[in-house]
Amino acid sequence: MSDKTIAELAAEYGGFDPRIAMGFMGKAGHGGFLGMDYADHGEDWVELSVDWREDLVGNPDTGVLASAVVISLMDNATSMAIWTRLQEFRPQVTMDLRVDYLRPSPKGARVYGRGYCYHLSHSIGFVRGVAHNGDLDEPLAHVSGTFIRVGDRIA
Amino acid sequence: MTTPDPRTELLPPYARALDMTIAGLHNGAPLIEMPFANKVQGRPGFLHGGAISGLLEMAAVAAIQHALHERGDEATFKQVNVTIDFMRGGTPQPTYAVGEVTRLGRTMANVEARAWQDDPAKPITIAYLHYLLKRN
Repeated sequence: MSDKTIAELAAEYGGFDPRIAMGFMGKAGHGGFLGMDYADHGEDWVELSVDWREDLVGNPDTGVLASAVVISLMDNATSMAIWTRLQEFRPQVTMDLRVDYLRPSPKGARVYGRGYCYHLSHSIGFVRGVAHNGDLDEPLAHVSGTFIRVGDRIA
Repeated sequence: MTTPDPRTELLPPYARALDMTIAGLHNGAPLIEMPFANKVQGRPGFLHGGAISGLLEMAAVAAIQHALHERGDEATFKQVNVTIDFMRGGTPQPTYAVGEVTRLGRTMANVEARAWQDDPAKPITIAYLHYLLKRN
């Protein structure tokens, strides 16, 4: 992914559109390796997904995905939720994340990660999120975290 | 850093897919190495936080397995949660991680896993993990 390209696109579309951003961000780097896809978004949330794959398994005995797959998914979803709420792209880095695993994600099931930005201060984005297998009311993990914005406004 | 330990083959598919290897022991626990590559990159020129978290998870799992084995304990374990502090950006070079089992009790284990690049005293990321132990 290229920061400059996201900024340019944000300018072009008059805001930050996670669907458009995922169109190319999703194909690059770690998100591309995981096959991360855009699912849905609202004013302050973004939902992404990752399909179950044999080479992403953390426990070969059960076929359960490595829990870090959920972390990557939630990191990206919550990060994009901040840009979506801001309606512009600004460089930021993850300060911390906490993930509670309520249950394992079954073998073969697609994982959805919905990230919300619930508060923005001058330099910190406060986020939370839920991972599930298609039904938001049956979460498999809860996430909370913070991002810190770095550098100058771009868009 | 070193010739991969043959136990690298015991690492799960996720770790093998990201080319992680066991590079030896560090403070008595398995040292896991992950090379820099496009597939672990986030913003250009930096590791993705999720990939670093994956390395830490593998180091934590290896540390618990090692600690249980050392005391002849056949318990199985399940991760309950994790808190991750991202302290420095990961740059294009190998990353190392090791887990420290800070407490191995009867019903739960606390593990602290650290990842670094040049200097073990300058961690790029630290994860604090809780595991539930189960015995048949």
